[in-house]
Amino acid sequence: MSDLHLQSGAGGATLSPRAYHLAHEPHPENGTSLGFWLYLMSDCLIFAALFATYGVLGRSYAAGPTGAQLFDLTLVAINTAFLLLSSITFGFAMLRKQKNDVKGTLLWLAVTGLFGLCFLGLELYEFAHLLHEGAGPQRSAFLSAFFTLVGTHGLHVTFGLIWLVVLMVQIGKHGLIHENQRRLMCLSMFWHFLDVVWIGVFTFVYLMGVL
Amino acid sequence: MSAHDMHAPAHAHDDGHHHAAGPHVTLREYATGFVLSVILTAIPFWLVMAKVITDRPTAVLVLGALAVAQILVHMVFFLHMNGKVEGGWTLLSTIFTVVFVVIAIAGTLWVMFHMNTNMMPEHPTLPQSLGAASTPWVG
Repeated sequence: MSDLHLQSGAGGATLSPRAYHLAHEPHPENGTSLGFWLYLMSDCLIFAALFATYGVLGRSYAAGPTGAQLFDLTLVAINTAFLLLSSITFGFAMLRKQKNDVKGTLLWLAVTGLFGLCFLGLELYEFAHLLHEGAGPQRSAFLSAFFTLVGTHGLHVTFGLIWLVVLMVQIGKHGLIHENQRRLMCLSMFWHFLDVVWIGVFTFVYLMGVL
Repeated sequence: MSAHDMHAPAHAHDDGHHHAAGPHVTLREYATGFVLSVILTAIPFWLVMAKVITDRPTAVLVLGALAVAQILVHMVFFLHMNGKVEGGWTLLSTIFTVVFVVIAIAGTLWVMFHMNTNMMPEHPTLPQSLGAASTPWVG
């Protein structure tokens, strides 16, 4: 402040450029994590729209099968366990990464991928079972909304798995360099975010669907 | 890759230490989060599968509260959310998203529920004349 007063006082003579901003503006060290977080938040809005759709249409059975007749909660519980376990194993991978342990990171990432694959396999089995029973997305508004919501989550898990495999190849090739650490951090956020969405799915679709 | 290279001159001090990306995490954090999540997942499944809760309004309240609690646990222990990450912008964008999500979902359900109630043909609570008047629309 006092600098500015001094400058304006001696203004006419020197005409030095006035500083209207701080020399060192406050900014995060690396914008990637904030940017990726904003992507996740916008993804959240997609799921909000799908949840709202399901909330409106979830009871429109069109004289077809209801959630109570279709859903097998034991299967959903196992699936939830798979996803939760994959979340903690990803955490272990992040801990190994912090220790700069390439082998350990890759091992825990592989375990995470395996749990993710189990989750996806079980979900595809459930979908195949529903289709076989004639309860496909065309049967009723309830089933359309169900397949769209759960299918979108499943697609996210699929792409997360592809990303996981690609990142494992990159880490195997280049090690835990700065770029790979940043990618690992983004994938970790993505993976935990999918688990958060799944909490909403098993609570509002499956558990409340059978009541 | 390119983004990092572009910023490299401005952040020359970054290149010195190797774990610049992401917050520091601890095993304790993940273990706490995992145990809490298991508990908060087991309770709703038990409530429904053991038929402790059978009516919908109670279920919406209890299961909804448990889901919100578990989402908070995931946010804090797995996504390492706090007011200091990225100078608070992460938290701010999350609050904005939560407000948006609540308005979108609650608003949709509210509007659609009222529309169903008020436009349903031969609704049991409607007076006879109104019910009759609305029949021609149905076709």
